Amino acid sequence: MKVRYFAWMKRTVGVAEEEIDPPAEVRTVGDLVDWLRNRSGGHAEALAEGAAFGAAVDRRTATFDVSIVGAGEVAFFPPFTGG
Amino acid sequence: MAVRVQETDFDVGAELDRLSTGNKRIGGLAVFVGLVREMHVREGYHRDRVDALTLEHYPGMTEKALEDIEAEAQRRWPLEATLIVHRYGRMEPGDRIVLVAVGSPHREAAFEACEFLVDWLKTKAPFWKLEETPEGDRWVGAHAGDDQAAARWEEK
Repeated sequence: MKVRYFAWMKRTVGVAEEEIDPPAEVRTVGDLVDWLRNRSGGHAEALAEGAAFGAAVDRRTATFDVSIVGAGEVAFFPPFTGG
Repeated sequence: MAVRVQETDFDVGAELDRLSTGNKRIGGLAVFVGLVREMHVREGYHRDRVDALTLEHYPGMTEKALEDIEAEAQRRWPLEATLIVHRYGRMEPGDRIVLVAVGSPHREAAFEACEFLVDWLKTKAPFWKLEETPEGDRWVGAHAGDDQAAARWEEK
């Protein structure tokens, strides 16, 4: 599974994207956030509890209860500021 | 009915001509053009100069998000034509960022749908602004005002 980070989260994590292979018990976006936090200090900071960020699963906006089972790409990003 | 995400500038006149030509059911076009502003207003009164803006987006998701927003506008209002063109990359003050145009038989629908599209794309399409200022680069934070503007279109 590919994980992507955007805007300031990319800088905090240290990479724009990474291939991961989480264990089977990581089933939702929220589970994945918990699991990713242990990968590095940058991950822990970017994905900290209370930090303002959103997620997408296979390029659709997703809340933390959404399943990631079988997903190809999960993304994390700060609130949108376009327009 | 079209959505485009592109790095290059767009010609507003040419885009509007293309949108309405050949469709005589359109009685009016409502148009919004977003520009890069020189001053960034922070907390309502504090102003910093912005030298340039770089817009990052999420290719693949951006187009889907804009198409969803466009489809929602078409569901809510009787529209004959819609167009969203959003740029990404580096832009300077005065440059065009976004074009939203809506054609409808009646002006009320065109005005409302145009406002709806702008409000929703600001909060639901994956774009992020990085400002270059004399004090260094800074990611723009989300505006509570934008969330409130988007929320008034939520269906009860």
